[in-house]
Amino acid sequence: MTTARRRPYGVKGAPYAHPSPTTTLRRARSAPYFFLLPATVLFLLFFALPIGYAVYLSFRKVRVSGLGLGSGARKEVWAGLQNYTDALGDSELVDGALRVLGYGCIVVPVMLGLALLFALMLDSERVRLAPFTRLAIFLPYAIPGVVAALLWGFLYLPDVSPFYFVLDRLGLPQPDLLDGGPLYLALSNIAVWGGTGFNMIVIYTSLQSIPAEVYEAAKLDGATPTQIALRIKIPMVAPSLVLTFFFSIIATLQVFNEPTTLRPLTNSVSSTWSPLMKVYQDAFGNGDIHAAAAQAVIIALATLVLSFAFLRAANRRQKQEAAR
Amino acid sequence: MSSLAVRKARPAAGTTPGTAQGPPQRRRIALVPTVTLVIGALYCMLPVAWVVIAATKSGSELFSTFTFLPGSGFTENISDLNAYRDGVYWKWMGNSALYAGLGALLSTVVSAFSGYALAIYRFRGRETIFNVLLAGVLMPPVILAVPQYLLLAEANLTDSYLSVLLPLILSPYGVYLARIYAAAAVPSDVVEAGRMDGASEWRIFTRVALPMMVPGLVTVFLFQFVAVWNNFLLPYIMLSDDEKFPITLGLYTLLEQGANTPALYTLVITGALLAVVPLIALFLVIQRFWSLDLLSGAVKS
Repeated sequence: MTTARRRPYGVKGAPYAHPSPTTTLRRARSAPYFFLLPATVLFLLFFALPIGYAVYLSFRKVRVSGLGLGSGARKEVWAGLQNYTDALGDSELVDGALRVLGYGCIVVPVMLGLALLFALMLDSERVRLAPFTRLAIFLPYAIPGVVAALLWGFLYLPDVSPFYFVLDRLGLPQPDLLDGGPLYLALSNIAVWGGTGFNMIVIYTSLQSIPAEVYEAAKLDGATPTQIALRIKIPMVAPSLVLTFFFSIIATLQVFNEPTTLRPLTNSVSSTWSPLMKVYQDAFGNGDIHAAAAQAVIIALATLVLSFAFLRAANRRQKQEAAR
Repeated sequence: MSSLAVRKARPAAGTTPGTAQGPPQRRRIALVPTVTLVIGALYCMLPVAWVVIAATKSGSELFSTFTFLPGSGFTENISDLNAYRDGVYWKWMGNSALYAGLGALLSTVVSAFSGYALAIYRFRGRETIFNVLLAGVLMPPVILAVPQYLLLAEANLTDSYLSVLLPLILSPYGVYLARIYAAAAVPSDVVEAGRMDGASEWRIFTRVALPMMVPGLVTVFLFQFVAVWNNFLLPYIMLSDDEKFPITLGLYTLLEQGANTPALYTLVITGALLAVVPLIALFLVIQRFWSLDLLSGAVKS
């Protein structure tokens, strides 16, 4: 046993005692809680407390008596599930959810499809310009969503956009990109542009960790690069595809910045375009924090249910694959 | 450990270009992948290229000349931006740097503590704590931000620097990455040896484990820096005094005003360019330090 250079904690009157196994154990036992203290305090203050407060608010409402004038006229009372039934019957929220669903059905497959495609291309043999193109495709990750939406927003404006210039010269019809159906494409494009690079890097790094021997055998058997990509590479990076899918779903459900930024440029993005914008509008625009809280709780629950359902489905599938 | 800049050397790649050997039907450059990637790169650079050129145009040129034709008003645009509301634009830049720099630093420290504890120690409630922290990733920011605003209003902290800084310090994703990295980089024998030598747990952490965790922590810092710099929702909800705005919120309000006065468009465009430049520069300089394989390594565990 080595000599103690430091006095063991909590042993008064035995300044030069060797650290007995029990004291070392005790120290090691309390140490993780000490290290976790800052995270725990922050979690309680900025996650748990606000969530609890939101749930509390969602069961309350303001009752206005008389004309709502005077100090005692507005009283906060218990509301039961009323805010929830109101929210689920609120056409603005339901429409927003449907819009985001449609938007997500475009963004997630296109973004991850492109990310996978680019990652496979980067990983293929004899490809040129790989470091440059990889960096260029990753570049949008560095650009804030607001700025991205702003840049694309200008590119969608007929007066300044090169697309319209080209369409004009070719005598082709010039659709309004910031209205109706094309608006979904316009918004999806911003998200795809911003997210593809990051997901590509995640998939690419996981492709890089596949040992080269795996391919050698397939190559000896005469497999083409396409076959190798489809039969070997894609199944082997399935876990990172699951992860990227998971985070993409969450990010899509929470879309807020891009449609909000486009609003000054077009009238067709309403202030309740996505569910989160509706929450913001109710909380700060209409000043009804109780309705906003109920909607927020519903969105949080929907996110949790959707993401865990997806993870379970993915896990089950992987187990099946493994069992085969 | 690979980074964004490091390529895996495949012996088959780059077989001396220019020498015509091997069967003729076998191309030396893989044409389809290269072309696909170049198209992808052009697509990703298009808005950036546009803003670089658009920022050189004066207000009238913006609407009258071809998009990708450089204009003549760049210096004028810059001085207009400098003059706008007594240089409030640079104030926003400084605020963003403060929020992102300090926020990411504090976040990294908290992540390092938590990740180390969760990776090295075996203790009751470890997985529960980890899972509860991780569940924070799933919380839509508005769900948190609205009650956070109301609670901070109770404490008279809204519309302050702290209101944007404090809620972002705990990053569930940072804790996750730090745990994965600490588990891989800090061998338990080393920690055990430190204990045998009688070093305190704190000393083992600061002197032994922390240096081993530095590459992972750099990644945590950078992720968090980008996350805070790009954040819009929290300052949008918390702040009303535009002297405290970060650049994202500042540009947004500028655009909002520009909707009525197109003369402000050139200011918005020039402002967007200058807001993008520092982050792109940061990316180019530091990309070699990003250990992005953490992400896929994280998947496998």
